[in-house]
Amino acid sequence: MAELSYLEASKQAIAEEMRRDPMVWALGEDLGRGGVSGQYKGLIDEFGPNRIADTPISEAAIMGAAIGAAMMGTRPVVEMRFSDFALCAIDELVNQAAKARYMFGGQARVPVVVREPVGMRGSAAAQHSQSLEAWYAHIPGLIVILPSTPADNKGLLKAAIRCDDPVVYMEHKGLWALEGEVPDDDDYLVPIGKARKVRQGNDLTIVTWSATVHTAAEAATQLSAQRDIEVDLIDLRTLWPWDVRAVLESVERTGRLLVIHEAVKTGGFGAEIIATIAERGPRLKAPLRRLGAPRVPIPYSPPLEKLMKITPRQIVETAKVQMQA
Amino acid sequence: MAKAHASHNLDVDRYLSQFREMHRIRAFEMTALQAVDEKLVLGAVHPSVGQEAICVGVCDNLRRDDLLLSTHRGHGHTMAKGASAAAMMRELLGRTGGTNHGKGGSMHIADFDVGMLGANGVVAANISIAAGAAHAIALKGDDRIVACFFGDGAINRGPFLEGLNWAKVYGLPVLFVCEDNRYSATTKTSAMTSGAGAAERARSLGLNAREIDGNDIVRVDEAAREMITEIRADRQPQLLVTSTYRLLGHSGFDRGQYRPDAEVDAQWEHEPIRRCAALLKAAGVRDAVLTSIEQEAKAEMLAALEEAKAAPWPAPEIAYDDVQDVGAEKMEHAPWLS
Repeated sequence: MAELSYLEASKQAIAEEMRRDPMVWALGEDLGRGGVSGQYKGLIDEFGPNRIADTPISEAAIMGAAIGAAMMGTRPVVEMRFSDFALCAIDELVNQAAKARYMFGGQARVPVVVREPVGMRGSAAAQHSQSLEAWYAHIPGLIVILPSTPADNKGLLKAAIRCDDPVVYMEHKGLWALEGEVPDDDDYLVPIGKARKVRQGNDLTIVTWSATVHTAAEAATQLSAQRDIEVDLIDLRTLWPWDVRAVLESVERTGRLLVIHEAVKTGGFGAEIIATIAERGPRLKAPLRRLGAPRVPIPYSPPLEKLMKITPRQIVETAKVQMQA
Repeated sequence: MAKAHASHNLDVDRYLSQFREMHRIRAFEMTALQAVDEKLVLGAVHPSVGQEAICVGVCDNLRRDDLLLSTHRGHGHTMAKGASAAAMMRELLGRTGGTNHGKGGSMHIADFDVGMLGANGVVAANISIAAGAAHAIALKGDDRIVACFFGDGAINRGPFLEGLNWAKVYGLPVLFVCEDNRYSATTKTSAMTSGAGAAERARSLGLNAREIDGNDIVRVDEAAREMITEIRADRQPQLLVTSTYRLLGHSGFDRGQYRPDAEVDAQWEHEPIRRCAALLKAAGVRDAVLTSIEQEAKAEMLAALEEAKAAPWPAPEIAYDDVQDVGAEKMEHAPWLS
């Protein structure tokens, strides 16, 4: 174990996988100088400019070229800087990467990892702050991963690189500096599709992912200390595939479910989780609830941006209502 | 003698073989359109009738292990690269034994065994994928090259700029081939394209570009051979712009009535198979030989259609195969299906 930041953990994952497999390479804008947030800093010294490849500002070509190179047996890690910018390459990701294997009748594999960080951080405004994970979970063929801790950012990224499916890998920009214990093991893999139990409780199930895991953990601590409400807190980690069994087991025990995400609530993945659980029909003690952002573009001004974020207080208040139902 | 002038050193064997391949493509397309009329083929079919010389002239100069990326109008390229016409016909009919197991159809035909990495239903989308396939070749350090076909309409989409720039920046072995058949679906491309066209756009990015008559099999064959030889040696991308004409509609559903009859009729005079036949006759090949090649091609494709009609439908379960390794949904038991 070593104390590493969320950012350092991802860099360690890439370096280990590049040492392990000469077919792994990374491409994106500014990678030679470390990438937009320093996620690749220093890697070019060990792996050279062919495997830590600078690219033009051509998101569609970055994604398209990665797909061609992946179909030829290499394993590209695609850097999109922001999930917002990845929208310039939606055809390549949705119509090409996600479809090639299927529409070619199994002749192709597209083992790309598309890193596209999500989330609000410091007044980045409407085009650098979005959380668009639900879109990709909707697309057959794609895997969607949102790590919330340094350890997961190592283990899930390594698992994503070793996976033969196209993976949309969404780190949260607000977590880069977060520190935590990270296993040193070269083969430390976190299985894709397995949720993490953050906190054990029997009163209320909270399901969330990405940075909101930490907001919910803070709320759960307050609920326990101030109200004796024990939250069963689940970090979903991956939206596709998502761990239905873990959520259902918890809701069957607590009878209450609150799903929280930073993304816009309308059409968010919380709706899918709530609907799936409702269809399974566990005995409930309170209505199923969701918390998400209003259907408003992310504003620039700090007090306005703050309005878009889920707060521990909002979670505590919602939980109290659910406990009284 | 006039014919000696036209063909003083024509490699008759080579062009007879290419003539045969062009006829096979023509016959495949006409048979596929017949199958569309008979409602045996339900999806869109985009025939390459009139463009056969480009398919054959380019692909005949590729090695089997070279790679090819194609368009929605991709049957000709795929056949010329060596795919089985019978398997392709099964694919068009959505049957077992199709190149893609019936999951792609006409617009997504692929045969990785012959280096054919897929036809693509999105105009220009294959350009950056082709650049990436070449990027992988460069990373692996082998001597294969990639051929990437696209139409005149594709040069107005972003991937044309991004993909050609990419190939040049990294020095990648790609022969880009623009098949200028003058129409973007039902719209005249010239009315929608500013500037001097594909070749000048490519040259502005530093690529060598050549413009040739794409209905002249000898010109296409020679240009492709020279460019492919250069690309294999210097690992730099080039663009071959071929002028041609889409003799039929955009797809099997389109009768092309927005084009004046006189324009289309005139183009039938210049179509590549007729011109290749004239060259071969001038070189002393007998009419009967040419006619029998045409008849054989037609018979082969009709047999392929009959065989495809007799092939079974895919099992329902395969609809759920090859989506993804992790998190793939399984087919649930559905009593109403049985």
